Amino acid sequence: MKEVVVISGKGGTGKTTVVASFAALARDKVMVDCDVDAADLHLLLEPHVKETHEFYGGTCALIDADLCNGCGLCQDLCRFDAITDTGGEMRVDPTSCEGCGFCYNVCPLGAIQMKERMAGHWFLSGTRYGPLVHARLGVAQENSGKLVTQVRQEAKAVAEESGANLILSDGPPGIGCPVIASISGIDLALVVTEPTLSGIHDLDRIVSVCQHFGIPALVCVNKYDINLDNTDRIEENCRELGIDVISRIPFDEVVIKSLAAGSPVVEYSDGSVSTELVRVWKTLKERLGT
Amino acid sequence: MILSVASGKGGTGKTLVATSLALSVKDRGNLSFLDCDVEEPNAHLFLKPDFRSQETVSISVPSVIEDICTHCGKCAEVCAYNCLAVLKDRVMVFPELCHGCGACSYLCPEKAITEAGRPVGQVDVGHVQGIDFVRGTLNVGEAMAPPVIKKVKEHIDPARDTIIDVPPGTSCPVVESVRGSHFCLLVTEPTPFGLNDLALAVDMVRELGIPCGVVLNRAGVGDTGTQDYCRSQGVPILMEIPLDREIARLYSQGVTLVEGMPAWRQAFIDLYSEIQRLATPEAVP
Repeated sequence: MKEVVVISGKGGTGKTTVVASFAALARDKVMVDCDVDAADLHLLLEPHVKETHEFYGGTCALIDADLCNGCGLCQDLCRFDAITDTGGEMRVDPTSCEGCGFCYNVCPLGAIQMKERMAGHWFLSGTRYGPLVHARLGVAQENSGKLVTQVRQEAKAVAEESGANLILSDGPPGIGCPVIASISGIDLALVVTEPTLSGIHDLDRIVSVCQHFGIPALVCVNKYDINLDNTDRIEENCRELGIDVISRIPFDEVVIKSLAAGSPVVEYSDGSVSTELVRVWKTLKERLGT
Repeated sequence: MILSVASGKGGTGKTLVATSLALSVKDRGNLSFLDCDVEEPNAHLFLKPDFRSQETVSISVPSVIEDICTHCGKCAEVCAYNCLAVLKDRVMVFPELCHGCGACSYLCPEKAITEAGRPVGQVDVGHVQGIDFVRGTLNVGEAMAPPVIKKVKEHIDPARDTIIDVPPGTSCPVVESVRGSHFCLLVTEPTPFGLNDLALAVDMVRELGIPCGVVLNRAGVGDTGTQDYCRSQGVPILMEIPLDREIARLYSQGVTLVEGMPAWRQAFIDLYSEIQRLATPEAVP
């Protein structure tokens, strides 16, 4: 079984547009949305949710006001400034608490408990293109990396059960924890970038992350005709880094129209963007040896 | 006033709006610009500050003094992140899992754990056109952005106006960046993706008790779902920027909107005044 993740570094370069089109083109696969704190893939794949599961990510301190005598030791020791003294009553800010349990371990009165934190949900759904595992991180919750790991594990289990030979994943932007959780151990990363100074800057960082973790990466330049000089520069930079640029996708408002229509662009239009995406998918398949 | 510029969905134009706002109101003086998108910081590409100093951001990770350690296992027991494994004759430390909470060193009965700084990023401080500019950068391969963001935010001076460029998404790095703002400006686009992620971002800022308003970028394409949502939720749309190839071209070259198209300056000045009117007088810490 092979696992491909589409990532970008910079947000909004077109990851989900590309993944949704691959979803329409690929056979025998399971899809997964690893962008758990701003998941969008479901908007194009129209899933019917079959299973909903709660996601528990870490813990949060809870202070029993009846037992607490307001000594303030927890507040002094907490390095995340999660505990405040509100007039003699110690309060935990759940959005600051990292669940380390330091306070729980030191409270002389045993007034602090660590509570499991329900940090979101993950879903197993059916779509017209096959199974989709996706998630929704709770409002202002942490541990998106752990939720990414969870949805990837579930996708793998579904793929094994159904005999699918491919996991196709929509990755998060950035280079931090959810990205690292999305790409660890995968077979191939497709990096979608755009010919802007920001895109160039961010591509360099995300490619470095792939190389740091030994993940093979390919690049495609979306909206390449917005700035041809920058597109040339991206290809030159990639050549120096030893990374292949496998595609230039033109800018076309049809992409935005297909989003509004809730349809993968390859099904919405047979124009130049779609032709190119079909070609990119064929290249990816060859690289994966499937 | 502390103003954060966020979006939910990436690539909707946070940096475009934040940088143009900064240049439009810089003449009032006392303005700081903080780039908290430490995974992919980009504002410096547009504002081109002159960086003058640099600080390393480190997390305090445990270092075990084996001569004193009795391998009692207390440190591994209290560590919530499985950063320490105590074997019969030694302690293995996995520093990349450490959040730097300090529980292990404090609770070690033998005082056999000291803490050493492990670099995870850096903060660069500079100036441009009278603006104090601060940028955080997470090191490649590091997972945890919040410690770098916290370090950037140490540069907030309550006596100055501050504009914060926030990372995309709605999880911990975003919460860390937005927390303590007097107002959060949410930049979105009129597509189903923009709307879906805007709704998540609105929920997040409401959870934090921060007032918000919307800038609708690439207006004129897509659908009206975003406008309908804003109306139904009572979230004001404070500015619309049309989908325009020239704006996209300027952006691609690292030119701010107000420098490339100076006619926009007044709109950003008005936007800032409106935000000042809507901002909460007391920020939630």
